[in-house]
Amino acid sequence: MPISVSIPTLLRPLTQDQKRIEVEGATVRELIERMDNQYPGIKQRLLDGGEMHRFVNVYVNDDDIRFVDNLGTVLKDGDNVTILPAVAGG
Amino acid sequence: MLIILSELLDAMLAQACEGHPIETCGVIAGPIGSKRPTRMIPMRNVAQSETFFQFDPQEQLRAWREMEVLGEEPCVIYHSHTQSTGYPSRDDIRLASEPQAHYVILCTAENAGAPVRSFRIVDGKVTEENIQAVAQYPTALIG
Ligand SMILES: [Zn+2]
Repeated sequence: MPISVSIPTLLRPLTQDQKRIEVEGATVRELIERMDNQYPGIKQRLLDGGEMHRFVNVYVNDDDIRFVDNLGTVLKDGDNVTILPAVAGG
Repeated sequence: MLIILSELLDAMLAQACEGHPIETCGVIAGPIGSKRPTRMIPMRNVAQSETFFQFDPQEQLRAWREMEVLGEEPCVIYHSHTQSTGYPSRDDIRLASEPQAHYVILCTAENAGAPVRSFRIVDGKVTEENIQAVAQYPTALIG
């Protein structure tokens, strides 16, 4: 079941400049593993010590996965995943 | 150089003054490739801190989606410094993720120099740039 993933500008060099890619996965964690198989290096940019990087936002449809089940958030056919680097600083 | 409508500069400064001493933040969208910031979207600072800011993730998603639909990009990403000069902090540099954007810092700290400064931040390298406030954008920039 393919999930459509929206890729932020900063990570597009890793996805041959594609803004959107199709990946399969039953959870966000699995999705990231599969993305990394197809586009090596992407996992390292998204995870920090096995958890979501604090300054990377991942949304399933309209929901920030931090308010669902983080990397365990379940995906279903037709879901849209959006990755956005947090805009933050001091 | 950042060429920007003076009304947008005034609006960013007004937001910064109103929010002081909490850091305020937001984005100004413009048509992709136009270098013409037009639509200001103030963001809630979820950190609610005097020394840190982070766009509310839900508001950020909405704004980024809206820009995609409208064929826009973040032209200006701004936040305020309420306790220090308007130069990018280590976190500002480390977390900068829009190489095409002008990073504007509004400074509301006393005796800390210019109230508005603009920077490019690309691969950890900071370059300050001049700001030109205009009443309207020159026609050469339009289209
Ligand atoms: Zn800052």
